[in-house]
Amino acid sequence: MNNELFKYTLRLGDTNLILGQRLSEWTGHGPFLEEDLALTNITLDIMGAAKAFLEYAAKIEGKGRTEDDLAFFRNDREFYNALIVELPNGDYAKTIMRQALVDTFDLYFYQELVKSKDETLAGIAQKSIKEVTYHLRHSSSWVERFGDGTEDSHEKIQSALNELWRYTNDMFEMTEVDEVLIKAGIAVDLNLIKTKWEKHIDELLAKSTLKKPENAFMQSGSRKAIHTEHLAYILSEMQTLPRMLPDAKW
Amino acid sequence: MENKQFEDVFEAKLAKNEMIEPKDWMPDNYRKHLIRQISQHAHSEIVGMLPEGNWITRAPSLRAKVVLLAKVQDEGGHGLYLYTAAETLGTGRDELLEALHTGKAKYSSIFNYPTLTWADIGAVGWLVDGAAIMNQVMLQRTSYGPYARAMVRICKEESFHQRQGYEIMCHLSFGTAEQKAMAQDALNRWWFPTMMMFGPPDSESPNSENALKWRIKRESNDQLRQRFVNQTVQQVEYLGLTVPDPKLKWNEEKKGYDFSEPNWVEFKNVISGNGPCNKERLAARNQAHKNGEWVRAAAQAFAKKRAQKIAA
Amino acid sequence: MSDNQGPIWEVFVQKKAGQPFVHCGSLHAFDKEMALQNARDLYTRRQEGCALWVVKSSEIVASSPEDIGPFFEPSNDKVYRHPTFYQIPDAIGHM
Repeated sequence: MNNELFKYTLRLGDTNLILGQRLSEWTGHGPFLEEDLALTNITLDIMGAAKAFLEYAAKIEGKGRTEDDLAFFRNDREFYNALIVELPNGDYAKTIMRQALVDTFDLYFYQELVKSKDETLAGIAQKSIKEVTYHLRHSSSWVERFGDGTEDSHEKIQSALNELWRYTNDMFEMTEVDEVLIKAGIAVDLNLIKTKWEKHIDELLAKSTLKKPENAFMQSGSRKAIHTEHLAYILSEMQTLPRMLPDAKW
Repeated sequence: MENKQFEDVFEAKLAKNEMIEPKDWMPDNYRKHLIRQISQHAHSEIVGMLPEGNWITRAPSLRAKVVLLAKVQDEGGHGLYLYTAAETLGTGRDELLEALHTGKAKYSSIFNYPTLTWADIGAVGWLVDGAAIMNQVMLQRTSYGPYARAMVRICKEESFHQRQGYEIMCHLSFGTAEQKAMAQDALNRWWFPTMMMFGPPDSESPNSENALKWRIKRESNDQLRQRFVNQTVQQVEYLGLTVPDPKLKWNEEKKGYDFSEPNWVEFKNVISGNGPCNKERLAARNQAHKNGEWVRAAAQAFAKKRAQKIAA
Repeated sequence: MSDNQGPIWEVFVQKKAGQPFVHCGSLHAFDKEMALQNARDLYTRRQEGCALWVVKSSEIVASSPEDIGPFFEPSNDKVYRHPTFYQIPDAIGHM
């Protein structure tokens, strides 16, 4: 079961790490100063969660690797982050829409994970619930502003939704890893949170005068570490320094 | 009251070390000088996010990444506090930004130098923030209330920045040979530009006299520069690095170091737009502002719609 | 086109429950929810508070420097408002 728990924790760590990495591209380039700082706060929370999960993954693995080894010395075919988080930020509407979709997932996910029999995972979830509640408040209020703002912003947020939608199902996919860990009372049954997620997203879209895309073909692959073309670029940038000087300590 | 009387009240306040507040009468050139200085300071913080932000996605550890994110975010916050302080003098943020984006307003030249390696992030935090702090500490007692209050907040937050930079320099200097070389290279490139941050020699500083009189500034450029060198040399020595100045020498008589003047021709060049990154920095700010235009328009339209709904 | 950064808001932070709200700075925001969120993201990043007020700057009514005399000096001679004005016999002790 150790191997399953390792993979599961990596998945959580990687999703946060890659999302944080993407969001960090905005720091210093936000749409206005206040919002630049607000998004960076969110980025910091997410990076904090990434660090906590990867630290734990390294411990479970028990091979003397650290969270930094996991972040900087694995290749793209060893990353288990959800596909949606590795997509380019696009314009602010796309970044915000992705946040709303992921924040909603995270909130319901952590609300279940907090009940996990694995105390470390439950502990990280406990801390994350508060953070994600705020993230969702932030992203939802912006989805609403864009949806019911100008014609231009409405169009931008709608097309962001249309583009991102096909990557949403990937977040809910379950494998043998989930199966084993659900039986052990450790992992979250993603089928359970999917209904809640859909209901909440429907409400948000309605409030924001947006239409849910219909009959979209759903992309998948992250559970097998098969990614979009974007991930390898993210990693080559993120990992450049530790790989250039592998003996160095930072 | 007559203008003369107002002026007497103003002068009396300065003499008593009292603060001038937004609604108080103040001479036009005091106001102008402040708007220029505070907004330049704000622009420097905002443009300063760019060279450091350049390494966020490449920070070599998760710890280094969050620290750098938090630091760059702080710079943004400082810019914001300063813009709001400048706005109390009657110039809107949109006008201030416009002046930055069109190249009319200046910002600290130091940010027109590139951050080429990770060691530059260490050097910027240690040297550039170190130099900035010397100015900022003094400005906590500046005569204009909102500016002084912003500076108090900024200094409080800034205190971790220089330590963060020096910590990076320590890791590098006591690390592998490649890391140490990286640290020395960064020191070589940042030493003299940092010296320039204190401004031209006192003999050639046109704005200093009024600034000192009004307590907008409290020490001269040369005094601050000397103090900076005095306190930094020991930190360089601890790292086992070398100050890239062959003339650097302790002078027992003045209880301070003698050192070479920075290249003031280069300084003027960078100020007038010919530094290595002037164009890139300005382009990046303009791009972000332009990309944000529709976001701000949407937020404004949304707020208006909601206000109408409530009114109806 | 005119660029809008949104109206200015003043931020008041309560450090701990029970303590007064203290002005800590300003910010720009387009609506109330944004003003509140921005205040949180700007002014409470270092555990500075547990509650926030935001109010549009334009809604604040402030006294002017010319008011100093007529507003605040008349209270200077009202010493009878302070407890030390009154003589209490030593035998009574603290009151």
